[in-house]
Amino acid sequence: MSSPRDVVITGIGLVSSLGEGPDAHWQKLAQPGLEPVLEAARFAPYTVHPLPEIDWNLQIAKRGDQRQMETWQRLGTYAAGLALDDAGIKGNDELCTTMDMVVAAGGGERDEAVDAAILAASENRNDRDVLLNEKLTTELRPTLFLAQLSNLLAGNISIVHKVTGSSRTFMGEEGAGVAAVETAAARIRSGQSTHILVGGAFQTEHSDMLLGYELAGYLHRGPWRPVWQRQGAEGGGVVTGSGGAFLVLEQREHAMSRGRKIYAELGPVVSGRARRPRGELDAEIAALLKQAAMPNGKLLALSGASGAHTATIAEKAALDANPAIAARGFSTLTGHMKEAQFPFAVALAALAVDRKAAYPVFDAAAEKPFEGVPATVLATAIGYHQFEGMALVNAA
Amino acid sequence: MANLNDHMGRPIVAVTGIGVVTSLGVGKADNWAALTSGKSGIHPITRFPVDHLNTRISGMVDFLPSSSKGSSHLTYELAETAAREAVAESGLDSGDFGGPLFLASPPVELDWHDRFALYNSNKLDSGGERLLRVARGLKELDIFETTQFGSIADRLADRFGTRGLPITLSTACASGATAIQLGVEAIRRGECDRALSIGADGSATAEALIRFSLLSALSTHNDIPEKASKPFSKERDGFVLAEGSGALVLESLEAAMARGATILGILRGCGEKADDFHRTRSKPDASPAIAAVRAVLADAGLSEDEIDYVNAHGTSTPENDKMEHLSLSTVFGERIGSMPVSSNKSMIGHTLSAAGAVEAAFSLMTMRESVIPPTINYDNPDPAIVLDVVPNKKRNAEVRTVLSNSFGFGGQNTCLVMAREPV
Repeated sequence: MSSPRDVVITGIGLVSSLGEGPDAHWQKLAQPGLEPVLEAARFAPYTVHPLPEIDWNLQIAKRGDQRQMETWQRLGTYAAGLALDDAGIKGNDELCTTMDMVVAAGGGERDEAVDAAILAASENRNDRDVLLNEKLTTELRPTLFLAQLSNLLAGNISIVHKVTGSSRTFMGEEGAGVAAVETAAARIRSGQSTHILVGGAFQTEHSDMLLGYELAGYLHRGPWRPVWQRQGAEGGGVVTGSGGAFLVLEQREHAMSRGRKIYAELGPVVSGRARRPRGELDAEIAALLKQAAMPNGKLLALSGASGAHTATIAEKAALDANPAIAARGFSTLTGHMKEAQFPFAVALAALAVDRKAAYPVFDAAAEKPFEGVPATVLATAIGYHQFEGMALVNAA
Repeated sequence: MANLNDHMGRPIVAVTGIGVVTSLGVGKADNWAALTSGKSGIHPITRFPVDHLNTRISGMVDFLPSSSKGSSHLTYELAETAAREAVAESGLDSGDFGGPLFLASPPVELDWHDRFALYNSNKLDSGGERLLRVARGLKELDIFETTQFGSIADRLADRFGTRGLPITLSTACASGATAIQLGVEAIRRGECDRALSIGADGSATAEALIRFSLLSALSTHNDIPEKASKPFSKERDGFVLAEGSGALVLESLEAAMARGATILGILRGCGEKADDFHRTRSKPDASPAIAAVRAVLADAGLSEDEIDYVNAHGTSTPENDKMEHLSLSTVFGERIGSMPVSSNKSMIGHTLSAAGAVEAAFSLMTMRESVIPPTINYDNPDPAIVLDVVPNKKRNAEVRTVLSNSFGFGGQNTCLVMAREPV
């Protein structure tokens, strides 16, 4: 039963190693046996899924704006622009100035050369705090700070795309993406908002971005393997990817009144915080699956599993325990995109619903085929370290 | 029987617990005594050497056990300390709070001391490659946790027994106000009866100071630290970097009354508007700030005449104070000249991610105590900014409603309206 306050998806902006835009992603992902795009040399022993070639001018017209950002902010601003375009909102002053925004963000790129020089000098200095002052005051580019600030991805989206209804940035790895989508949906359902831009981006091709995982040994090392097959391999199981995912969420009535194409309806979005050291993760995943109120019958699941051993084993076991679920671990083909992981999962789920077809298996050894039309698709993001979330995406 | 719903039929949101830490001290009592006597918490920096720095003063919180342990640990302790005070005052279970957590905190990064220690524990490779090599051999999660954006909230959720996935947010210098707004909205939507909203910032590292300094945002009046923050003054030359925390227990009025809680104030409205002009500067016509103030009045169901006092963002930067004056004078018209508008930052500096929450705490106390804290260091008024800034000395006044402004880099503008009584 549709209701005027349903949350519907009217715009999708995607960038990953596979390309950009919903069509390109659908075409690639619908090909059986698609090979991932991998970069194994630049960050060896780590493999990453690198950014595709992007003409930033297509979404960020002013060179001056591009210069003010590092790749992470550019990527997010670009993906956001794709979503706004797709929803027919970009350039529409009235819709942009009343549009709310929730961005899931980490931090931007540090200056690797400056950091490396300071670290090198620290080998011969005992007054390291003074060294820091000396180098940072003279070598940091003044505006780099703004390219690093978490909320400046949203800030740049306001500047470049004129989205100015409201601007909020959530932080906290995958959980930030989950909370962003969940909060945006709740605001629309309650009438607090009519249309919201929500999403995130992750730029992994920077040593600090890898360090954020590797300080706990989370990264997979050695030859690449699909996301479900990294147990027992060297390292922690996560292969990262650069990418971004933005969604335009809209009140059904609002979307219909402006005659927009609706990809899908966003059903329940559920989230949790298992106290994993106490062994609560298995029960939490099971509880979320129950809370999401899945329909009877077979179900396609777009899993955001990161490959991190413990979390991925737990998720796989929970999904396998329900024979009706056919999971697709999309990190096999895109890599793990941290804050963008959940919005990406929801976007891929919406595409399957819209195209009335399931994705083929991304890993023939670990996934099972899905025949027929997926009217409802599950999207998951079980954090590599903490926080969990899921959503059901239904036919429009 | 009080009305339990507001002018839009939404549950009224009450405040039943308040906690605060600033450079003036821990807790409401110490802070309020200092604030109302016009005392400044700004002092010379001792946490790290100040060689090569143009700014050598701050409002750092130097008296907590974590003050020297890096921004992640200090931010956690600030948040925990303020929240402990707030939850205790509310009378709710401090280990089983039973509502969601909204935390405004600074973006995290690997601390330089850890970076140095990791780097110098190995001799192979250099730069980031060496750090990665060392990282994958670490046996403890301590350093890792300081680099995860969700970890502080995760620890707080464990500590206070909050429900569900905690939200960590950043809207730059408006973050504290956004944390409160998210709590208010969750209660209004009926998702919960109570929420814990915290703004905490212990990120005054050398690098943070240098970054703001390179943007020419900081005061360099180092000689007399307590005189450096001078909002609305002619010779104001930047803000003073500071640390602190504020926490509020928010509850639906209905739930609070049902359990016989003391109602400390009402979170009457929230308003926001993003600016698309520039990454650090506001639109010259102040239209986004004006829109945010108008939005909060509409949300609160109050007219311009019904605001008794403005707790200003008042950072002491040339740009902010001018823009804030323009927005206030546009919305409130001639009345702005006779409306008290004071800046807590004149005494505590700019607590960044915490500011909105710290200043909401002080706004609520202003109403409860019927005392308006002054704007200190107001010796030489900016003739272009005609405001009653409650200069230099506190003022006794009945205050029924407060507008609290928060404006931040990235076009963030968030305003809160608080009231003393439910209607």
